[in-house]
Amino acid sequence: MKRIFSSHTHEKTFEIAKNLGKTAGKGDIFALYGDLGSGKTVMAKGIASGMGIKEEVTSPTFNLLEVYDGRLTLYHFDLYRIESEKELDMLFFEEYWEGDGVSVIEWAERAGTRLPERIIRVGLEYVDETTRRISIEYPDD
Amino acid sequence: MGRDGVILGLGLESSCDETAAAVAADGRTILSSAVSSQIDLHREYCGVVPEIASRAHLEAVNYLIDAALKQAEAGFGDLDYVSVTNRPGLVGSLLITVQSAKAISYALGIPLIGVSHLEAHLYAPFLEGAEREFPFIGLLVSGGNTALYEVRGTGDMKVIGRTTDDAVGEAFDKAAKFLDLGYPGGPAIERLAERAEKREALFPKILPGPGDFRFSYSGIKTALINYVRKNPGTPLPDIAWSFQERALELLVRRTLAASRERGIKRIVVAGGVAANGRLREMFGQSRREDETVLLPSAGLCTDNAAMVAGLGYRYYVSGKSDGLGLDVMAKEFA
Repeated sequence: MKRIFSSHTHEKTFEIAKNLGKTAGKGDIFALYGDLGSGKTVMAKGIASGMGIKEEVTSPTFNLLEVYDGRLTLYHFDLYRIESEKELDMLFFEEYWEGDGVSVIEWAERAGTRLPERIIRVGLEYVDETTRRISIEYPDD
Repeated sequence: MGRDGVILGLGLESSCDETAAAVAADGRTILSSAVSSQIDLHREYCGVVPEIASRAHLEAVNYLIDAALKQAEAGFGDLDYVSVTNRPGLVGSLLITVQSAKAISYALGIPLIGVSHLEAHLYAPFLEGAEREFPFIGLLVSGGNTALYEVRGTGDMKVIGRTTDDAVGEAFDKAAKFLDLGYPGGPAIERLAERAEKREALFPKILPGPGDFRFSYSGIKTALINYVRKNPGTPLPDIAWSFQERALELLVRRTLAASRERGIKRIVVAGGVAANGRLREMFGQSRREDETVLLPSAGLCTDNAAMVAGLGYRYYVSGKSDGLGLDVMAKEFA
């Protein structure tokens, strides 16, 4: 079952994400879907905070991947610059996805069908200036 | 080794878009600087494409080293050291020139020096005649970085503040993509902003919190998207102008506040965004008479290897070098 939230502020989005981070377990993969400005980085920051990560989580657009140490290791990916699924063949991100850490993947749509089946799908939809529709779907939902 | 009593160094760089090789003399004079601009390749994809980047580095590196040596009228035997960017950046891309540098160091028996891409950027003005005096405040602004440093010596940099979300160059790229202006976004927005007629503030001032030196560029990106959705008829130059003003004024404000708080009157601004003409103008207008703002020429703002060769010299003369175990790092600090 898909859970749907409506968020009217940054803080609310952050809180929803923080709860995801608190309950995140080894090998969890949060795949974030949504346009520019829909709040993906806020989600990533919230998940990190819920995992007890103190370090500032910034956009990984340039480096593609940033790594943070918390209760579990957080791998923060940004596939914004990936144009075709084939490029992922050279990057070996599966090694992280199959490991013991928690992964957050922004612009997950860019990975097409390359993501594992057990991903937690997080959709962020722009409703109006301040409102975002957030949908969360766990693999066994 | 060396030539006519000068110390010659080869610098190599491949941390992101560009593969580059350069030869510098005594860390002050650029004898050659070869950059394989991949801009055409990347424009097609509206961003930096890692796989293409990495493969292009591999294809380009030997050619660029030859070109740099030839242009400097030097041979491998003339080199006193080889320096290479080993952090931060795309690991796969960094590896290409780090491996080349190791091979050169091993074959010639000369020191191998791994340098930070960010420290190298802040070295650029010292290749154009400026005296390298410490301390100075360094502002590094590019597609991947937005950070303020207090620089006290070679390898001695302290972060004063950095972005809490997006880099300023990244904000320019993403705004340009949203407005359909093409890649790279910085020059596209700057050109468009020059044609603005209204020149009034459309977006709120960026306030990442008073009293600290943080930057934030995610909010203005969202503000621009919101504004364009609500006001579809607004002329693009007006939007570009307002975006650019807000994005750049924060850099100037934070940098001058940091330097004045510390009583440091020398400022170095480097990285791709430092090539922005409006940013240069703003620093010129806002600085006090006794404050010096050093900006490299546009060609030395963007990624190049001359800055790597130049900075490498400072490590070389202080006797610091790395072994063949030198590793690449995605982050600035281990």
